[in-house]
Amino acid sequence: MIRFENVTKVYPKSARAALDDVTLGIDRGEFVFVVGPSGSGKSTLLRLALREEAATSGDVLVAGHDLKSMSMRQVPRLRREMGAVFQDFRLLPGKTVYQNVAYALHVIGKPSHLIRQLVPETLEMVGLGGKGGRLPHQLSGGEQQRVAIARAVVNKPQILLCDEPTGNLDQAISFDIVRLLDRINRTGTTIVLATHDQDIVNDMRRRVVQLDEGQIVRDEAEATYHRRTS
Amino acid sequence: MIQPRFLLGEVATGLRRNVSMAISVVLVTMVSIFLLGLGLLAQRQADTMKGYWYDRIQVSIYLCNEYAEQPNCRGQAATEAQRSAIRTQLTAMPEVKEVFFETEQEAFERFKEQFRNSPIAGNVEAGFLPESFRVQLSDPSKYKIITDQFQTAPGVAQVQDQEKVLSRFFTIINWITVLTVALAVLMAACAALLMGTAIRQAAFIRRREIGIMRLVGASNWTIRMPFLTEMLLVSLLGVGLAIGLLWYAVHLIFNSGINQIAQLQAFIGAHDVWAIAPWMAAGVLLLTVLTSLVTLRRYLRV
Repeated sequence: MIRFENVTKVYPKSARAALDDVTLGIDRGEFVFVVGPSGSGKSTLLRLALREEAATSGDVLVAGHDLKSMSMRQVPRLRREMGAVFQDFRLLPGKTVYQNVAYALHVIGKPSHLIRQLVPETLEMVGLGGKGGRLPHQLSGGEQQRVAIARAVVNKPQILLCDEPTGNLDQAISFDIVRLLDRINRTGTTIVLATHDQDIVNDMRRRVVQLDEGQIVRDEAEATYHRRTS
Repeated sequence: MIQPRFLLGEVATGLRRNVSMAISVVLVTMVSIFLLGLGLLAQRQADTMKGYWYDRIQVSIYLCNEYAEQPNCRGQAATEAQRSAIRTQLTAMPEVKEVFFETEQEAFERFKEQFRNSPIAGNVEAGFLPESFRVQLSDPSKYKIITDQFQTAPGVAQVQDQEKVLSRFFTIINWITVLTVALAVLMAACAALLMGTAIRQAAFIRRREIGIMRLVGASNWTIRMPFLTEMLLVSLLGVGLAIGLLWYAVHLIFNSGINQIAQLQAFIGAHDVWAIAPWMAAGVLLLTVLTSLVTLRRYLRV
């Protein structure tokens, strides 16, 4: 589903590579934690998969697309097959929960009848049934992240990329969010979750890819993660 | 394709959030198109008058009579031989379309008719006004040929051309056109720059939405459409207002002003405003689309 082959990414005006000769394969339906300290290259990995950045060298293949040879016009089509969730939720403050989720479908031209069907379904699935009329600021952090997840999956993507989704949430809420992601994973969606929260990793016991200074230092199934205490 | 209702909702939100910028684009577009319209209308006025006068313009060759003091005459009336010599010469010229001869009596009648409401008519007797050849040219601007040829001919008191009077008027109109169109071009440049700034500001205000649109795979067109639609709406509103103002100006000046006094039909009217309106609207449409696309291309990359 996602393949990185000898991928190196050097940002302009930066001496050090953010990703250094990374080779990684993620299969359809997998749930993978990408762990490592800040600056280890987790976010860069996700940004390359989303084609927000292009690799400096090497090949990135996502959902059957070769991102190197992909023209800018084809990028939207790639992103329709993926969902993305971030630490800061990125909700539109002036729109209700329902409108926030519907927005993702409106802007890719989905017909109204489909939107009226998919949005309530998805809100129900993430546990926000009945809260569609609220504004984001009327919700807790955990609920806001559920809205963001609903928006990311409402178009039924094959892949869901999560960049520190629990970074702003406390322990108990974080577990809830990861369990929700686990449920989504069980419906066949490939999930890549970048985090440095060892508790959620250890709770789930899934594949762990550990990055350090842009290189993969560990790739283990059903693994745990323990941050170095320095 | 993006749903029209959703697009309109986005456009309405965008305009509400950036209302001062929208108003300034409307006003600048309005002023630039108003000036352009004035220039175009002045030119149409000149054309209308040219058409009107060129149908009527004649070169008059006044012949000598007993009262004529010009050196060519010295108080001697033109003889029959001189008259027929001039007529023969005139009819032989290819530039001449028609020649009328006006006798002293006819000149007197015409004078009486023209000044029937004025006391001056009572002071003039038949025989006081000279007889003349009225020459209609196929190209009225070539009056100089007639002047050159007959100014000093025997029996000719004076050659008078009406074009000369009008040409000064046309020069003024041409200057008005040049000035207003030059100002309009400057204002159009302002409008284009302002549109660019407005789009950049709107894009900044909507950076969150744009970020999400990109993330969920909205096409370039979907992202750009609301901006383009907003700019088209405000600039077309500006054009609409400008056309309204032009119509009102023409109505005020000509329909209820000059035409009442001059009683001539040689002036532009509302139909001239309607005739130039589609061109101005199309011009603004083109300007807006080009400016918007260039700006969006530069500032809204996927």
